[in-house]
Amino acid sequence: MDFTFNIEGGNFSKAGTASSEVKKILKQLNVNSKIIKRTVVSLYEAEVNVVAHAFEGVMNVDIQPDKITVLIEDKGPGIPDIDQAMVEGYSTATPQVREMGFGAGMGLPNIKRNSDLFKISSQVDVGTKLEIVNYLNSI
Amino acid sequence: MTKIADVVDKLNARVICGEKDLSREISFGFASDLMSDVLTIDTENLLLITGLNNLQTIRTSEMSDISYILFVRDKKVTPEMKELACENNITLLVCSYSMFKTCSELSKIGLKPVY
Repeated sequence: MDFTFNIEGGNFSKAGTASSEVKKILKQLNVNSKIIKRTVVSLYEAEVNVVAHAFEGVMNVDIQPDKITVLIEDKGPGIPDIDQAMVEGYSTATPQVREMGFGAGMGLPNIKRNSDLFKISSQVDVGTKLEIVNYLNSI
Repeated sequence: MTKIADVVDKLNARVICGEKDLSREISFGFASDLMSDVLTIDTENLLLITGLNNLQTIRTSEMSDISYILFVRDKKVTPEMKELACENNITLLVCSYSMFKTCSELSKIGLKPVY
């Protein structure tokens, strides 16, 4: 099964709607609740990142009997130094993002922690690509 | 075990939504205005105590399977927040006390810390 969701940069009132839809789908498919939580926490963090930093993005979710593969691709400023972005506590978030309860430099490390496979690549002034895989038989 | 109704009584809290769940029991409390921190919590059966009143507080709880949120210092719950909480069966409470006083009172009625 394949689902695609658009993510609007800068629109915090809609941040989380894509992840919420994915959660509903995974619940309907009776996926283990711990795997659902790990997956949607990752997706939500990634969705907030797109809203906070990029102009627009697309989330593609592919659900197979053994795994969930999610690709989140955005058009935006990109990340100049991914190693630095992965360090807990490092953040370039605006005061507006911090007011929303984010921007503490915990997002990317938390996504990695909640994913079985985590791949990130980025090009400055083009955008960022994030791939997450969670196996459905991992718990 | 502490019931949601005990939390409401102890803090003179108002129930914004989720009245049907007042007899449910909770074990843990976690107080934070930082949603990134809330998203790292793996504990079930938890009451989120926060002063952050926006839609992302509800979204964070939805993703983290948190069913009970308590807003301190009379924070205003917007209609959008209430609607999203109802949709996800999340109980919303509001009290007047500060975060510090709230946590102290909840500790007295048996809520345990996560860490």
